[in-house]
Parts: sequence; C-alpha cells; structure tokens
Amino acid sequence: MRKVALRGLAGRKLRALLTALAIVLGVAMVSGTFVLTDTIDRAFNTIFERSYAGTDAVVRAGGSDIAYQGLTAELPGIPAELLEQVRAVPSVEVATGLVMDETSAKILDRKGKAVDTQGAPAFGFGVDPSPELSRFNPLNLVEGRWPTGGTEVVIDAGTADEQRFALGERVKVASLGPVREFEVVGIAQYSGVSSLGTATFAVFDVRTAQELFGREDEFDAISVAAKQGVDDEALVADLEEALPPTVAVQTGDERADEERGEVAEFTTFIRYFLLAFGGIALFVGAFVIFNTLSITVAQRTREFATLRTIGASRRQVLGSVVLEALVIGVLASVTGLLLGVALAYFLNWLFRVLGLDLPTTAMVFAPRTAVVALLVGVVVTLVAGLFPAVRATRVPAIAAVREGATLPGSRFARFTPYVAVALIAGAVSLLAFAMFADDLDTEPRLLSIAGGTLGLFLGVGLLSPKVVRPVAGLTHEPARWVVVVLQVVAYPVTLAFWLLRYAAFYADRPAGRRAGAAAWALAIVGAFSLLVALLGGGPVLALVPLVVPLTVIGMAVAARVSSFTPEWPLDFPDVRPAGATARVGRENARRAPGRTAATAAALMIGLALVTFVATLADGMKASNRDAIESQVRADYVVTSQDGYAPFVAAAGEAAARAPGIELSTDVRSDLATLAGSDRYLTGIEPGRIAQAYRFQWLDGSDAVLSRLGADGAILDKDFAEDKELAVGDRFTAVVPSGQERQLVVRGIYEPPPFYPLLGNASIAKETFDELYDRPRNQFTFVNVPGEPTEAAKQRLAEAVAAFPDAKVQTREEWIAFQDADFNQFLTMLYVLLALSVIVSLFGMVNTLVLSVFERTRELGMMRAVGMTRRQARRMIRHESVITALIGAALGLPLGIFLAMLVTRALSQFDVQFRVPLPLLLVFTVIAVLAGIAAAVLPARRAARLRVLEALHYE
Amino acid sequence: MHDIATSPAGAAIDAVPTDVVTAHEITRVYGEGDTSVRALRGVTLDVERGKLTAVMGPSGSGKSTLMHILAALDRPTSGFVTVAGARLGQLSDTDVTKLRRKHIGFVFQFFNLLPMLTAEENILLPLSLAGLDVDGGWFEDLLRRVGLEDRRTHRPAELSGGQQQRVAIARALVTRPTVVFADEPTGNLDLRTGGEILELLRSSVQDYGQTLVVVTHDARVAAIADRILFLADGLIVKDLGRSTPHEVMEAMEAITPQ
Repeated sequence: MRKVALRGLAGRKLRALLTALAIVLGVAMVSGTFVLTDTIDRAFNTIFERSYAGTDAVVRAGGSDIAYQGLTAELPGIPAELLEQVRAVPSVEVATGLVMDETSAKILDRKGKAVDTQGAPAFGFGVDPSPELSRFNPLNLVEGRWPTGGTEVVIDAGTADEQRFALGERVKVASLGPVREFEVVGIAQYSGVSSLGTATFAVFDVRTAQELFGREDEFDAISVAAKQGVDDEALVADLEEALPPTVAVQTGDERADEERGEVAEFTTFIRYFLLAFGGIALFVGAFVIFNTLSITVAQRTREFATLRTIGASRRQVLGSVVLEALVIGVLASVTGLLLGVALAYFLNWLFRVLGLDLPTTAMVFAPRTAVVALLVGVVVTLVAGLFPAVRATRVPAIAAVREGATLPGSRFARFTPYVAVALIAGAVSLLAFAMFADDLDTEPRLLSIAGGTLGLFLGVGLLSPKVVRPVAGLTHEPARWVVVVLQVVAYPVTLAFWLLRYAAFYADRPAGRRAGAAAWALAIVGAFSLLVALLGGGPVLALVPLVVPLTVIGMAVAARVSSFTPEWPLDFPDVRPAGATARVGRENARRAPGRTAATAAALMIGLALVTFVATLADGMKASNRDAIESQVRADYVVTSQDGYAPFVAAAGEAAARAPGIELSTDVRSDLATLAGSDRYLTGIEPGRIAQAYRFQWLDGSDAVLSRLGADGAILDKDFAEDKELAVGDRFTAVVPSGQERQLVVRGIYEPPPFYPLLGNASIAKETFDELYDRPRNQFTFVNVPGEPTEAAKQRLAEAVAAFPDAKVQTREEWIAFQDADFNQFLTMLYVLLALSVIVSLFGMVNTLVLSVFERTRELGMMRAVGMTRRQARRMIRHESVITALIGAALGLPLGIFLAMLVTRALSQFDVQFRVPLPLLLVFTVIAVLAGIAAAVLPARRAARLRVLEALHYE
Repeated sequence: MHDIATSPAGAAIDAVPTDVVTAHEITRVYGEGDTSVRALRGVTLDVERGKLTAVMGPSGSGKSTLMHILAALDRPTSGFVTVAGARLGQLSDTDVTKLRRKHIGFVFQFFNLLPMLTAEENILLPLSLAGLDVDGGWFEDLLRRVGLEDRRTHRPAELSGGQQQRVAIARALVTRPTVVFADEPTGNLDLRTGGEILELLRSSVQDYGQTLVVVTHDARVAAIADRILFLADGLIVKDLGRSTPHEVMEAMEAITPQ
C-alpha cells in the first residue's frame, strides 16, 4: 500500500506540486517571521550586552519609572560632582560620566532636513575617549578618531553611508537648541550590529554633549567598573552607601536586562503580528489542501475500489491517503522553511520601504524556527487531509466494476447545514464576547477573536455550497462584462503579445511581414511605456510593459531548450463577450457545488480580511478627521517631522517670534503619574490655548483656564470619571524626577475619544516647566490674522528653520499627513494579506486543472462539435471568474460584518462605520483578475487537448 | 491550395455538387521507425450526397482512423481530404473547427452529452457555440422526429441510453451539416434500442436527405446502408451496394484473416 500511495503521488507531480504550494507560503511566513524577529532580537541583545559589557554598575537618577502606551519617561540628570564621589569609593576601579539623549540629536542631510528616523531613536552621546575608559564604550570606530572640543562629531556608519558623509566634512546637527555645525572626525558602529535600522547616533565630547542636551554639570548616568575580586552586588552596595539616596544604583546586567525587556515587548508584538498573517495563510492553505485531496479522492474512486477488491482493508486505504498528505506536508514544510529565510529578507525590505526599519545582524536561524515551521506545516496538512482520507475508505469494492461510479456521500452530509449554522452562531457569540466583555485580558480577548473569526469562516465555508448555484447565476453577467472591460483596457498589451508571437513563431510567413509585426508590437510597447512615464509612473513602472517582449523571448528560449512548444497559430485577439461558452462555464461552476464552494471559500477569507481592514480604516480616518476638526481652531500646527514625537521647546519659541502672526501657543507633553496611574500630562498656556483649541466643557468654561495658576488642572471626562474626581477635588501628580505636586481640578471637558490632542490632565505651562528638566512640545498652534496664506506659512517655516525636526502644516495638511501615514500601515497590511489571496489562487488553479483533467472527454466532444480553442479557454476562464466572484460575494459582506462588529466594540473610541464602496469595487476587480490569472494554465491545457485523444480518454 | 487554406472555411462549398467528402490516396502512419504502424495504406473514396455510407472492417482494419481523418479530427500522413469542396490541409485549428461546426456532425458510441445541460441545451450546443440562432420550426420538427418533445428539460442522467443517443443524433442534425459521422452508434445499447436508433438514422437520410457515414463492425448496422465499404489492413477491399445482414456477414468473413 505504501508503494501505491508513493507511486501514485509521483505520477501526479504537477498536482502534488500545486497542492504543496498551498502550504509552502504559510510555512514560509512562519519561519520567515521567526528568522526576522530572532535577528532583530539578537541585534538588540547585542546592543545592550555590548553597551554594558564592561560596566559592572550603573548610577542613575532615582526618580520614578513612568511608562504609558509603550513609552518610558526620561529620567532627570545627576549632578556631575557625583562622579568624583563614585571614584572615591574604594571598590571602584574606574568610572565615567555618560551623557545620552534618545530623541534630540537630529543629524541633518545635505538638503538641511533632519534624517528621518521614523520614530526610532536619534541618539546623542557624550563619550570620554580616554583609553582607560574604553571598556565602557560599546561603539567601535570604523574610521577616524573620537571627537574632542565643541566642533567635532562622530556619526554612525549607517547615516554616513546613506548620506555619503565622509571624514572632514561639515555636518549639521540639531539638538535641544538651534542647529550647529560640526566636523565629522570619525565614523562608528555598535560592534556586532550590521544595521541600526533607521536609528542614528551622533557622538560628541562630554562637555559639548552636556551643553547640547541640557545637562550642564550633569550626567545621565555614571558607568562604574569594579576592582578585581569585587563582585557586582558588593560594588552596588558600596556605591549605595557612599551616594545620596536621590540616585539609584543597578548592576550592569540588571540595567541591560531592563532595557532589553522594554524592547523585547516590541519585538514580541511584531512576532505575533506577523505570525497572525502566517496563520491566516496556513488556514487558507488548509482549505486548498482539503479541497484538492477531496477532488483527487473522488477522481480515484475506481482505483480505491480496485484496491479493495484485491484485498486492501479500509485502514490501508486510509493509510495510503494519509501517507500522501504526509509526504506533501513534509515536502511543503521543508520548502517553506527554506523559503522563509528568503521571505525574512523580503519582510525586512517591506518594513524598511514602509519606514519601519529595524536593527539587524546576520540572519539568525534558530532550531526552534525549523521545529515549529515543520510541525505546523505537517500538522495542518494532515488535519486538512484527514477528512478526504476517511471519505476514501467509504468506497465500496463494487465501484470497481460499475460504470461511472462516484464517491458515496458522507454519512454526515445531511447534518452539514445544521453544523454550519451552529458554528456560525457559536463564532459570532464568541466574537461578541471577545469584543464586549469588560474585564478580559488582552490575550484571551485576542484568542477569542481569532477563534471566532476562524469559526465564522469555517461555518460560512460549510454553508457556501448552498449558495453556489444562485450566486453563480447572479455573477454570470457581471463576470462576462467585467472581463470585456478588462480585455478592452488590456487590448494594447494583448495585441503586442500576439504580434510578437506572430513574429517569433510564424515560421512560414515572409521575414518582412514578421519583422513588421515585431516593429508594430515594439511601437505599442514603447508607447505604453511612454504613457506610463508621462502619467507619472516613475522609471520602474515605465519598464513594466517590457514584460511582454521578455515573455516572448522567454518562450522562444524555452522552446529551444525544452519540450515547450509555443501555441501557434493563435487567433487575432478580440474583446467580444463570451456567449455559449460562458453558459457552459457557468454550468461547470455549478455542477460540483462543494468543490466550487471550497475553492471560493479560500479566496473569501483573504477578501473578507482585506475588506475588514479597508472598512475599519475608512471609519478610523473619518473619526480622526472629525476629532481634529472639532478640536483644532488654529490655522497652523507645528509638530515634529513624524507628527507624534515631541519636539524641542525652543522651536515653539522660534515660531512665536515669526513675523505677522496673531497668536502662537505651545502644548507641552510628557509622562507623569496622575492620581496613581501613569498618563500623559500636558502643559498649556492659559491665556491663549482657547483660541487654538476648542474645549467641550462639561464643568467649567474657557474662563477657568485663566484661573489655573500654579496648582490648577483641567481633566478630560474619562479620566475624571475613572478617578472619581470633580471640580475642586485634589490629586497628586508625580513626575519622572520623583517630584510630587498637589493639583486641584478646575474644569472637566470632553474631547473626542478617538484622538484627544491633550493629555488626561493639563496644567499651566509655567508649572509644567518647573516639573520637567527638558520640556518638550507636542504641538505649537499658530493663528494668523485673516485667512491662512502660503506666504504666512512660508514665514512661519523660515522662523523654525533652525529646528529641522519641527514641521509647519495647516490643519488640513496635518490631517492629510496623518492619513498618508496611516495609509502606509494599511499598505503593509494589504501586502501581508495578499499572501493568503495568493495561496487561494493556487487552490483555484488546482481545482481547475483537476476539473479539466476530469472533463477531458467532454472537452473533446465540444471541440469536435465546433468549440474553438479560444472558446475552450474562455469557458474555463469564465468558470474561474465566477468562482472568484463567489468568493467576493461571500468575502466582502463578511468583511463588512466583521468591521461592523469591531466598530461597535470600539464605540467608546467613537470609531465610525463607513463602507468604502470604491474600494469594494477595486477588490471585486482584483477578485476577477485573480480568477483570470488562475485560469491561464488550466485554460491552456484545455485548449491544447487533442480532440481525438480527448474523445477516447477514459 | 494555399488560397483555399487561407480563405474562410465555407467559401468553396456551393461549388461542389455531389461528392461531399472525398479522400485521395490517404495514408496514416503512427509512430516512427521500427515501431511504426501503417493504419491506412492509400485509401481513395468519395461519399455521395444524401446517401448512407457504412464503413466496415474488423478491429485494427483502420476504419476508425479513416473516419477521424474524413471528419477532420486527424490529419493524414499523405494524401488529402476535401470536405464540402474545401481541402483540409493547412487549415489552422480554428478554421478546421469552424469547418466542423458548419459541415460535420458527430454521433459517438458513448453519447458524450454534457451532464449539466438539459436535452434541449445539449442539442442546441453546436448552434450556440457557432453563435447562430435556432430555426424554431426546424428544431421542433427535429425534436418530434427523434421523439424527445416531452424530454427537452431533462438532464442526461434522467434519460435512458436510447434517449441519450437520440439527443446526440439531434445534436448532430441540428446544424443541418453537410455530413454526419456516426461511430458505432449502437455499440453501447441493447438490441431493441439499437434497432430504434438505426431506424432513426435511416429516416434522417430518407426524410432530410442527410448524408451519413456510419463506422461499425456490426453487420446489422451496415445492412441499413446504401453503400458499404469494407476495410482490411488499411485498404478498401470491397465496395458493396445495399445488402442484407447475411451478405454483409459473408463479405466480412471473406476479408477477415483466418
């Protein structure tokens, strides 16, 4: 039996290959994710290990660790004279003071704009290059030397490379103050880390760094090394004893672990985020494998029956199908595992293109990656293959001698609709529970959502055979006409393709005519390229039409070196809609509803998720716009380049000095512990903010702003309710330096929940500046007299030009910028979801190839009674397009439904529900294109069947 | 020859009055070298308009090969065939298909109906593939003739073997082709049903003047023919007029190697 299974598989290589491909991509995604995130992890680990490799203890400000929404507040500095006290401790061998700023050292490119770190750190270091202190320095000089004096800088190798800065050149660096110019005297990198991602660093001598980053006579930390024989804990104890209680002392290892932990959360998030897409692709792959094996089992009914007549037991039949699935699973998983390494590079590239560049080292391939990827791939394949395998055992021996024997239906088939309905009901309640239950941790919530969504897809998939007949009828006409429209659009390409093939393969035509055809084709291709270029497609897109001649060249080469024979003569391309052939194609789609439904269901999953994302995103964009429009009164908004990070306060002061402005007001922002919870605290200018920001007062009015004073605060509604604070109540604010301040609630307002621009509590700017060491602005709002004009914006931009991180935008531009940012993230989601659409595409090809194979004799008959090759191709294509449209007909509403559910669940954030109709149309066209693409190979096979052989085919 | 090949397939039809299908010295060799098989070794014939011609011969005599070549499903190794005056040769696949569509009808041993189409849709398939409209009166007449008026919305699975073959015959006749080829049309039917099918075929020749070529090894089938061609070992060895089943059987015995 084992031999039968293996030989059978070997005899159906193409089918086995197509089946395996369905799972390869999912496995590749899983292994690629592990490789990529392991690599990022390793890079971060290397950074932290090297950073503290020679450090036995770290002295930092005591303060209070405040963290909210993934951000950690910056600690204040420690007095520089502490360094002498540290050095005086007997167990200390050496110690050095370190200045480090994570966000402010912006290196300017040659055009004078800050190098965009996309939210990654822009480190500024102050380093003492004395040789006895080199053990504390994690950086390696690639060339040059360490900086001395106030005009020298060392920059990171990544920036030097990208911006082509060489030794001796002048480079501008922005810090807390205005831009200053430095000479590049060295280029450095973290040892063992090949790329820092988009992060940059600039190294100065200690005194310069203190000056640039607001640390006059201060350090951010003191690194200490112990004398020989003193262990780290003893050193920490000695230091704690010698130093004032306002500082905290940790061992180097503790500090490294702490920093690593902060980052690990982030890489873990990325890992699960990407694994989710791998999981989706695997789930779709399971559908494809289930369907393919079901079809092949049905087609081999007589083979199984014959095996039964010669004495094979049910168990042996089961075993042979399971073995087939196992072999496919193992081959696919191994291939997927290897492909995953390549995919890791692709994902890294994708992240970089979309502005999420992460530090990397050499690719890390952990044993865990292989184990998990192989296990997942094999198990998914086996589970998907189990049901068809059981069906195979139901074949009775008598089927061997019966003409046209078919696979007996499953005993449970009549229960399917009930099971499906129960599954859908269960899935929807699980989703509702996940979304509306109050006290649920993130993990069970996410798992419930994933489980509910899978159940929903499975249930709809089980039910979908019922809708195949009516939906095939409904989509019949649209399918015909969409194909006609696409054919008209693509006509120049089709025509050029035909002409080139005429030139290449029509051997018995005169050379002159063939050359003419080639010339016409190239003219069309050239015109097309030119058009793309003129429409602003850019040089890469303009080269795309070259695919046509390259394909023909490829075909000619393939014909020379292999048994491939290009199909010629071919009919001159036309765009008429398919008639009778379309009807036969529609009936073909309907004749095995289970098969068509399973094929469509695989596509449905991808389309549903894409629709879900698009619908939700549209609603979020609308909510975002409304939130900003209802809050912002100002004509202009000054933000940092990325729009989210705070920017140096000096930029706000510069904006206030711009000529011709009516009003400028800063909004400071930082983390604080407010009434016991870590939250954002904002500092506002009481006399001005109301002209730039519209408060929806619940208790109070714009008048309370003037009464804020040194201890007044206004709260947003949610926070006030959460902490049960009313006007007149007192609460405590603790800032990172450890300072505490009693505040009195003076007013409560209700910001739009989707995007409140201010923190949970706001206090007067003067108070804020007393509490924070390096106050930074979240926004600076600016009004001009009359209507905002381009000239006014220009003046404003010039005023803040010395602060390259600051960006001036009108309110409308600001909204558009945020939309664009969000769209980038959406693009990434679409690319990742495209993976599962591609997997379902393999399923469509597979089903069609198997159907063509099964209907060989029918095709022969139709060809004999007058079906042309083109009609045969169109028949297959129509079946494919209808299948794809069934997928769309199921997937789009499902996606909208899911989005509706999530919108409801997020109602506390005021997310709107809007159906993006134009996008849905685009997705439908994409489904049609998928149908057309999936039909290419099967249609070619159908068209090239030899009529005679097909007629005699058993 | 070149001109005919490139002109639309139907252009030369009206010019040829009597012979609807002719074959000139056709040979057909399968395979190459030592293992090659000569299925036809030089066959010349013409099929007369409005007559029923039977091609008989033992298995391996080349009769199926001959039919496939005459029906433009296969190409001869040498020699040439004309159908309705058009010389098949270098016609492209599309032109050959269009020629079949217009001039040739088929009746197969295994009916070869499309299972998901109704009887009526199956019958009309060649017309709809050609994008032609149905002549309503002719179609109703045909349905009545083949006895399927009350079966038109049935699918093949709901029809008996004889009924299925009637659908296939109607499908072959519906385009009023120049010639209909039937390959063992009763081979898959019981004796009585087979007899009814033969009557139907015969009447289509008598009533519609349909030209019909039947390939068979069954003497009873050949006995309804106006002319019987005997094929043995790739050559036509005998050409009889109307004969009784007994005469056909005797002729067969004479040509079958002992």
